[in-house]
Amino acid sequence: MRALTWHGKHDVRVDTVDDPEILNPRDAIIKITSTAICGSDLHLYDGYIPTMQAGDILGHEFMGEVVETGAKSSLKKGQRVVVPFTIACGSCYHCGKHQYSACDNGNPADNQDIGQEMYGQPMSGLFGYSHLTGGYAGGQAEYVRVPFSDVGPIIVPDGLDDDEVLFLSDILPTGWQAAENADIEPGDTVAVWGCGPVGLFAVQSAFLMGAHRVIAIDHFPHRLDLAKKFGAETINFEESKTYEALMEMTGGIGPDAVIDAVGLEAHGFFVDNVVDQIKASLFLGTDRTHSIRQAIHACRKGGRVSMPAVYGGFVDKFPLGAFMEKGLTLKTGQTSVQHYMPALLNAILEGKIDTTFLISHRMSLEDAPKGYKMFHDNQNDVTKIVLKPGLAAAI
Amino acid sequence: MSMTMATDEAPPATSKLKDERTSAIAALTQPKGDDLIGRSVTINRPREELFAYWRDFSNLPTFMDNVERIDVLSDTKSHWVVKAPAGKTVEWDAIITEEKPGALIAWTSAEGADVPNSGRIEFVDAAERGTIVRATIAYDPPVGVVGKVIAKLFQREPAIQARRDLRRFKQLMETGEVATAAWTQKQRDEENA
Repeated sequence: MRALTWHGKHDVRVDTVDDPEILNPRDAIIKITSTAICGSDLHLYDGYIPTMQAGDILGHEFMGEVVETGAKSSLKKGQRVVVPFTIACGSCYHCGKHQYSACDNGNPADNQDIGQEMYGQPMSGLFGYSHLTGGYAGGQAEYVRVPFSDVGPIIVPDGLDDDEVLFLSDILPTGWQAAENADIEPGDTVAVWGCGPVGLFAVQSAFLMGAHRVIAIDHFPHRLDLAKKFGAETINFEESKTYEALMEMTGGIGPDAVIDAVGLEAHGFFVDNVVDQIKASLFLGTDRTHSIRQAIHACRKGGRVSMPAVYGGFVDKFPLGAFMEKGLTLKTGQTSVQHYMPALLNAILEGKIDTTFLISHRMSLEDAPKGYKMFHDNQNDVTKIVLKPGLAAAI
Repeated sequence: MSMTMATDEAPPATSKLKDERTSAIAALTQPKGDDLIGRSVTINRPREELFAYWRDFSNLPTFMDNVERIDVLSDTKSHWVVKAPAGKTVEWDAIITEEKPGALIAWTSAEGADVPNSGRIEFVDAAERGTIVRATIAYDPPVGVVGKVIAKLFQREPAIQARRDLRRFKQLMETGEVATAAWTQKQRDEENA
């Protein structure tokens, strides 16, 4: 089959590799019909995530048609399914509590060593996202092997297009969980750093959860326009001073809840950001964290900090003093996609949430390397690229 | 000679005090080996079920990656063939020295073992979380310190293997299968080689 493989920083290629096979009873093989490039794929593309190996197949947002099933899969050939990016067994203690991203068993035993050493306890498996999270082949390919297929994939009802449901695989539940982690109370003002897909879904989710005002922060005008369409007020941090603006817009209080949907590759020429960048390049520190620092600084006393953004390593100058003195609460984590999928599918069916506005480009799997470069170089216009393995390559 | 013993309740295998570790080995039935490993895992299944699967030693290679083969010779005696660095194998006879159904299996290696070892597997109720499976293993590193380094390079170091084996046991008992990131049978075979 054809698959998008990682070979190093800014080097991804479409290669011919072996077709996946059923290896365990609960497996299924999915023929991919749509798969998206995620903002967090750019962290891999930029070489920020350790434990990548040449030849790794990327992609953790995908859906398709069931073409083969193991003896204990509950899926049937021909069904259309969306697959969660978190690989969860459904039977361990954490899955029992719906903490699917903390599943004990989704990550192969040997790969759990890295997470155990780095984080104290190993993470669950994820598709196409380094060997830290299992080393599973991802879905930017013609086919993918899906373990625990009786627990993860959700069956798509007839009449819904791929584009309407694809984002159930990651970014819609991630935006929803981000808002949920902000413990929004009616009347709240919520500030969201980053108007990428997760930030934009967090904006929509925050309003659905009763936020009175949402303030969206970014520097890409097109992305800020999208946030505005969902009712958010905006701050362009290249034109305005974010902290000062937030304080004035909230009558000197600060936002009740803050959401960092930017993560480890914050853009912009802030002193701490440049220092972070130099340190990252020298491997003195791995994460660039301007947005989370600013979010904590702006958050009101006793407020809530939600951090859907991906961080992998260690940070310097984390404002622990502000955090303690103001009595803030932080909630974060990889998304427990399986927990949110059914309710969010219903929200889509009822027309409460629209996800298709996000897609700016559709292209062939063969053009994926071009897509990565485009997404990397132009985040104003490129909001989401969906790869369609069925499409012919553009000439 | 005075002994320096721990004053806390931490498990002996985690002790920084050599005497504490040595006396924990001595407390095993028919102890053999001078290096101590302790590893625990919590498995969301009843302890009787876990004990029964483990007690049938022919099942162990399904989750112990470095065990090539176990021949069950009698109710208390089994022959182990275990992968060692550089494509070699090591062998020993294991004799059960103590057994409490549903709770404990203790063993020691017979005379002539390539890697003298002894230990016990305990199965302890963990209320709504299932069962804590605790392995305590004493062993003699194959060829001293150098052997241990080589074993580590080849990921056959017993402390690493024990942790991985227990994780695989948990996967098998909780999910019915051992997780793999391979996507072809050929890849999985190469990983297990």
